[in-house]
Amino acid sequence: MAQEPVLAVESLRVEFATGDAPPVVAVSDMSFEVHRGETLCIVGESGCGKSLTALSILRLLPRPYGRIGAGRVLLDGRDLTTVSEAEIRAVRGRAISMIFQEPMTSLNPVLTVGRQIAETVMVHEGLSWQDCMDRALEMLRQVRIPEPERRLHEYPHQLSGGMRQRVMIAMALACRPRVLLADEPTTALDVTIQAQILDLIRDLQQETGAAVVLITHDLGVVAEMAQRVLVMYAGSKVEEGSVEEIFDAPSHPYTRGLMAAMPHLGGGRGKRLNEIPGVVPALDARPPGCAFAPRCMQAVARCHAEAPPLVQIGGTHTVACWAHGQGARA
Amino acid sequence: MTGKTSVLDVQGLVKHYSVGRGLFGSGRRRLHAVDGVSFAIAPGETLGLVGESGCGKSTVGKAVLRLVEPTAGRIVLEGEDITSLSRSALIAKRRKMQVIFQDPYSSLNPRMTAGEIVQEPLINFGIGTRAEQQERVAALFARVGLRPDQRNNYPHEFSGGQRQRLGIARALALGPSVVIADEPVSALDVSVQAQVINLLMDLQEEYGLSYLFIAHDLGVVEHISHRVAVMYLGKIVETAPRDMLFAEPRHPYTEALLAAVPVSHPRMRRRRVVLKGDVPSPINPPSGCRFHTRCPIAVARCREEEPALLGDSSGHSVACHLRTPAN
Repeated sequence: MAQEPVLAVESLRVEFATGDAPPVVAVSDMSFEVHRGETLCIVGESGCGKSLTALSILRLLPRPYGRIGAGRVLLDGRDLTTVSEAEIRAVRGRAISMIFQEPMTSLNPVLTVGRQIAETVMVHEGLSWQDCMDRALEMLRQVRIPEPERRLHEYPHQLSGGMRQRVMIAMALACRPRVLLADEPTTALDVTIQAQILDLIRDLQQETGAAVVLITHDLGVVAEMAQRVLVMYAGSKVEEGSVEEIFDAPSHPYTRGLMAAMPHLGGGRGKRLNEIPGVVPALDARPPGCAFAPRCMQAVARCHAEAPPLVQIGGTHTVACWAHGQGARA
Repeated sequence: MTGKTSVLDVQGLVKHYSVGRGLFGSGRRRLHAVDGVSFAIAPGETLGLVGESGCGKSTVGKAVLRLVEPTAGRIVLEGEDITSLSRSALIAKRRKMQVIFQDPYSSLNPRMTAGEIVQEPLINFGIGTRAEQQERVAALFARVGLRPDQRNNYPHEFSGGQRQRLGIARALALGPSVVIADEPVSALDVSVQAQVINLLMDLQEEYGLSYLFIAHDLGVVEHISHRVAVMYLGKIVETAPRDMLFAEPRHPYTEALLAAVPVSHPRMRRRRVVLKGDVPSPINPPSGCRFHTRCPIAVARCREEEPALLGDSSGHSVACHLRTPAN
């Protein structure tokens, strides 16, 4: 990993400003890197800021209230937070592509899938329309859609959920992006279709060498796909490491709690699941100190007063918890 | 089935829908949502009903409750055949069979306070005085883990997990013996999902409830069920005691379903056999075995002849020509 990262996010802060009130911070001090051919999984529950992190990379935060309050997003060293609107548009769908949870709402219902894919190529590469349609057909073939010649001329409503997600992936990869952001790409799909799509993303990544940032709430998907894992809670990174580091030695109480709360095949049948008491705090009511402290069994006075910094506890393993801080046990 | 008498016994349940064809509705077609489903649930037992979208598992739940009228079949609740009960007689019987839905928000009246929502069934059935009803509501709130002061709040003021607790309190208000739970935790975050699963298991033990637990998440189903039935395109293809089904699945579809579940540790990653294609349309289900179009081991016979659901003495039944217990 001596090479430069394709994408680096540095101290990103996402905030929402309404009226004269001070802005509400949704994501704070978020940093990570992704290298060529690598898959980083960002995992966390609803409202932890994982989708906002991805949207802010492409400057797609909901307007007019959402904005990047601080930090940099570096694509091959170039800061995307300061480039012009035209330049960021040239990045979207070309250098960095994104796929979403619900393909039906991200596809245009009145255009054939072939035309939608071809348009992306047309905009970014300026080929002739015939060449663009050829590329679209080639992409449908690459995402293993049966009878691609026929599907090219069909509309999104004529396709099943799994097939639509394949079209989204075809569109996202049509311009051979260096980074693919996938926000819960299989959450709306059945488990057998999920397996197909995860295999597809993995295969295409091997073929193209794209860096993948996969956002999910499902630790099973993380275990299947990730090389690196970043755990978010209430807008902050609480733990990061290689997938082995995270699954062998989960170190933040929240990460450990998530793993114990998830029922998985062959695990503790009929026994009580480990609960994390309480609920995620609201955006405007995040507690001072460690945001997880009110739900944490091991919290001490300091946790409620002072936010813990990220500290390194292993090779590439970092955690933000006072139990692992300076002076505490290693 | 089990030696005990069952609290809910469903035989040959069928639900077909008539679907229009084009604008002018010439030649109506039938959608086979549920096509001959039979099962029984013993007191205090959880039957997990799993399958993918469109397999008919939710329709089974609705038809058992007669929220949709079954096309054919027999539903026996606590020894009484409720299949052809009149509306009013059915409503009286509903005390014994309640339901919890996936999305508690759309199933709770937004204009009623939480307290009123839980009290309403007691009023409808004229159970107790107002004071006694209030007391019962307070006890239910405490039991499902809601604070007493939350009785005056409206559904929108609750989080997803709390709303599901509210839905559970309402379902329990009348003291049912059977609860149909249709994807009760699939809209919840993992940490909250665990809270609700634990609550459902505690309540079962305390009140001896029977659950028909309808879900698509195999991890959750394995955790909570005593027995599991797997559905594909309107039919049960395999049913067995929980441990047996997960340890030795016999139907190729069950195998594929289990293989598709993501691993729980990165070291367990493997290249698995991924089922090809999508579930066919229930309007024109495939001939013979409905799974034959996607089955990795199908032979000619599977296309022509429909396999019966055949069981052995251990309570493991499977509908497959190649995997019958005798083979």
